[in-house]
Order: sequence, then structure tokens, then C-alpha cells
Amino acid sequence: MDTRFDTSVQELKYKVLKEIAKGLFNDTLLEEYNEIPQRISPGPKSTMRCCIYKERAIVLERMKLALGGNKDINNVIEVIPIACDECPLGGYEVTNRCRGCIAHRCEKACHRDAIRFDEVKRTAFIDKDKCVNCGMCAKACQYNAIQNYLRPCEQACKVKAISMHEDHSAQINDEKCVQCGACVYQCPFGAIMDKSYIKEAINILKDSDNSNKYPVYAIVAPSIAVQFKGVTLGQVVTGIEKLGFKSVVEAALGADMVSYKEAQELEEKGFLTSSCCPTFVTFIKKYYPELADKISTNLSPMATIAKWIKEHSEKCKIMFIGPCISKKQEIKDEKVSKYVDVTLTFEELQAMIDAKEIDLKSLEESPLDNASYYGRIFARSGGLTDAVKEALKEQGSSFEAKPIVVDGLENCRLALIKAKGGNVDFNFIEGMGCIGGCIGGPCCLTHEVRDKMEVDKYGRESKEKTIQDSIKHFQD
Amino acid sequence: MTVFVCVGSSCHLKGSYEVIELLTKRVKEEHLENQIELKGTFCLGKCGVAGVSIKVDDEIITGVTPKNFDDVFNNHILTKIKG
Repeated sequence: MDTRFDTSVQELKYKVLKEIAKGLFNDTLLEEYNEIPQRISPGPKSTMRCCIYKERAIVLERMKLALGGNKDINNVIEVIPIACDECPLGGYEVTNRCRGCIAHRCEKACHRDAIRFDEVKRTAFIDKDKCVNCGMCAKACQYNAIQNYLRPCEQACKVKAISMHEDHSAQINDEKCVQCGACVYQCPFGAIMDKSYIKEAINILKDSDNSNKYPVYAIVAPSIAVQFKGVTLGQVVTGIEKLGFKSVVEAALGADMVSYKEAQELEEKGFLTSSCCPTFVTFIKKYYPELADKISTNLSPMATIAKWIKEHSEKCKIMFIGPCISKKQEIKDEKVSKYVDVTLTFEELQAMIDAKEIDLKSLEESPLDNASYYGRIFARSGGLTDAVKEALKEQGSSFEAKPIVVDGLENCRLALIKAKGGNVDFNFIEGMGCIGGCIGGPCCLTHEVRDKMEVDKYGRESKEKTIQDSIKHFQD
Repeated sequence: MTVFVCVGSSCHLKGSYEVIELLTKRVKEEHLENQIELKGTFCLGKCGVAGVSIKVDDEIITGVTPKNFDDVFNNHILTKIKG
């Protein structure tokens, strides 16, 4: 397996993206289109599926998503039904931890009369025709012998947007989905994928004649610092420029700008929830609409710095590169779409770099330094809060921020429920949809424990030590 | 007249913020606030050259440092405005 990725599913997705990118860069996609499935699954024997033909058919579906997917579906995440292995639904099942006790608390807890007992072994089992998956039996068992077996996608989805279609494949309820992308990363068969906009990205780069006709800027998320192992960040920056970008700018500078405004807004309103993570924002709007007026009105760091660049550089195009699927949805919002033209992920960036046969290891380093320590640590949970506290301090405010830092949608939910109830001991919620913050994003190339420390190290390397130093020339 | 100062990574590290501060100060001293618009820009494509890059209307001037700033201001900005 390619050690640059966490899983073979990511690697497979990358291979498809790379072939598509290669075809687009070289203007050969149309001729090669039908050969790509064979290149990825050369055969003659299948390695992932029941037969080589199914394997190739699935590659073809992945190619469609790599080229933008179904335009009629607004969600940037789609299921590939034929790739879904239709995992057994399971639900509650009695495991071999059942000791066949005498108390039968599980039987008494069940209101549907669904618990039966093996006459010989005396152990319990569940009559699936009667069971409604309420979970009462599991709670009652003192041996924890009854377990709920969820499909990995359903388990990953903390907003219950994934269910089973009539044909047993997974389906996403787009109304419920908040684009966190957990299912994309978690599905062991890679049957759920984010739509890719590399076609739009490559066309912009080509039309610009490598930024000669108009400048194309790459805004990179601070989590870029921990993505590309074995090469330096400076080499990655050079690699991005070699794709045809005029310049690489840190989204962290946008984060610096946001933290100042967020601190001011917190002081004015007295209670605020962060607006950096589009999944957290959508989560509040869809599930806790009564708190929607507490969401910070600031644009996200990405949109903030993009707005600044667009206002200062005529006819430029801007692409965001990050670990995030939700950012693909964010730029469909009319407030953001005028500033950011395309969102790419680190997976897609890797595919584009390799499609152009750019050898990062052999490149000279280019500098990347726009933001302060505080802007850069936005990449991890808790970073935004540190920045807002610093911003209050730098602005000489006496307002006391009492933050609660939550990552992962389950923790976000707990904080929001508390906030809804009122009478809480915090006045600022930093919410991130992914566990660990952006470094836990679904399109990070790797997810390692040390990433958090690496982000802090990257933060400390920044030339500007305070937010004020970093943004003093950018305030309007 | 618009003066762009590069605030891209390379120029940032070479001191573009110092140049902006000197520029703002000189503009004030010469009372040119109404004639000179100061703007930032990301990368003028001259990263390899020492010093900061600035753009005066369509002319790119490279190698600006706090040391030679007054010369640059006099020769490339003041003369243009007064001429």
C-alpha cells in the first residue's frame, strides 16, 4: 500500500483522481476515458470485488464523481450504490458473552416479546421479525452481552442522515446531512464519496496559462503543515505553484483577521458560536435553529482572506485547498461563491501533483509565511479559542471569554443542548465537526496523533508572533 | 496613483510590513494621502530577488528595503507625481 495514505480506500480514490487529472492536464481524457477502469483494475483476477467487471464498473462510477458527480443532487457527498457492499444491518444482537443466566432481565425489558432462549445452551437470541431495535435489552443485560451492530456508515453519521435504501444500499438524506464527511472516510468499501471539482480547477489553471493571463491563487488550510510526510512544507508550496498557481496564501491569515472580529462580536453580543467550520454552522442551522442568531456573522477564514484577495487583485481566480468536504458545500453559498471559485482537498492536490509528475522531493523550497501563530493553530481544536482570547487581550478588552471547546458532532451537540437550555457557564462555543479539528478532516492524507503537536510547531515558526502584527496592514 | 506592496510570503519575510510603514509615514509627511492609494498584493512574481517588490502604477520595482526606501520613494513615486 502507498504509505502516504491512511487506508487503501483513500489510495483507490486517489488513483482515480490522478488518472482524471492526468487526462485533463494533457487534453487526453476523452480518448482515455474508457481505458481508465482497466488501468486501475488491470486484472485478470479481481482484487477487491467479486469479479473484475464489477471492479471496473465501480471505478467508472468513481470517475463520474471525480468529474463532479450528479448535478441534480445539491449535496457534495454521494453514495455509489453498486460499490456499497450492503453490509448486514445487524442491529441488536446477542453475543457469546451471554451466560444463559436465570434472571432474564433482557426478556423482561423487551416490550415486543422478541427475546428467545436456546433450549440447550440457555442463552438468549433475538427474534429479528419482532425486534424494533429499541435497545432496552442491551441496557438491561448485566454482562453487556447485547450489542448494537451498525453499518460503519451509519455509525459514522452522527446526524442519522444515512439509512438503508429498499435495495439494501446506503442512502443519504440530503436534508439531514451536514457534510462532515465522516461516512466518506469511514466506509470500508469506499462506497460514499465527495464530488470532486478538479475539472473546474484544472480548466481554470490551463485557461490562465499558468497564471499568466490572470492570477490564480491557492489558499491553503493550516492543516497542510501535517499532510505531506517526507517532504518539507516549502517543497509542497513550490509544487502547488508548479501546477500553475501564481501564489500560495495561508488561510491562517484569514483566521487572524477573523479572530479579531470574532472577539469584538463576542464582546458585543455576549454569547457567540464560532463560524469557521461550515459543518458546525450547518449543524446549528439544521438542528438548533433557535441558536442560529448566536452564530458569528464573520465569514470563515477561507472566505475572509479570499475576499481580501479578490478585492485587491482584478480578475483573479481563487482556489481553496484543505482537508474538508464541507468547504465544497460552503462555496455554493452566495455569500462565499463570489470569493472562492473552487474547493480542492489534500487528496485531490496530491493527485494533481502526481498527474503532472512533479517530484516534490526534488524541488526547491518556497516560503509560506502570511499568518501569525494564532492563525495557524486554527487547524486544531482549541486553536480558535486561544486566538479569540489573544485578540481580546491585544485589543485591551476587559471582557472575559468563557469558552467551551468542542470537537466532533456528538460533543458539539452536547454543548448546543446546554446552550439551548440557558444558564450556562460559558459564553463562547468553539465547534468543529471533525474530531481533533481540521487535522481530523475526512480528506487529510493521514490522521496521526502527533499532528496536533506538528501544527503547534508550524505555528511557532511564523514570523509574526501576535495577531496584531499579522493583520495590521489588512484591516479595512 | 496606486502603489502596490507585495505582502506575499517571500516579501513578508523580507520585510514588506516595514516598507508599508515607511510608505504610510512618507505619504503623510508629504501630504499625498489624496493622490496615493496604498494597496497590498500577493506576489508580483519577483520572489527570487533580494528585498521587497512594489508596483507603482504599472512599473514593478524590486529590491526595496528600509535602507534604500527614501531613494525609491523619491525616484519612483515623488518624481512621477510631481512630473
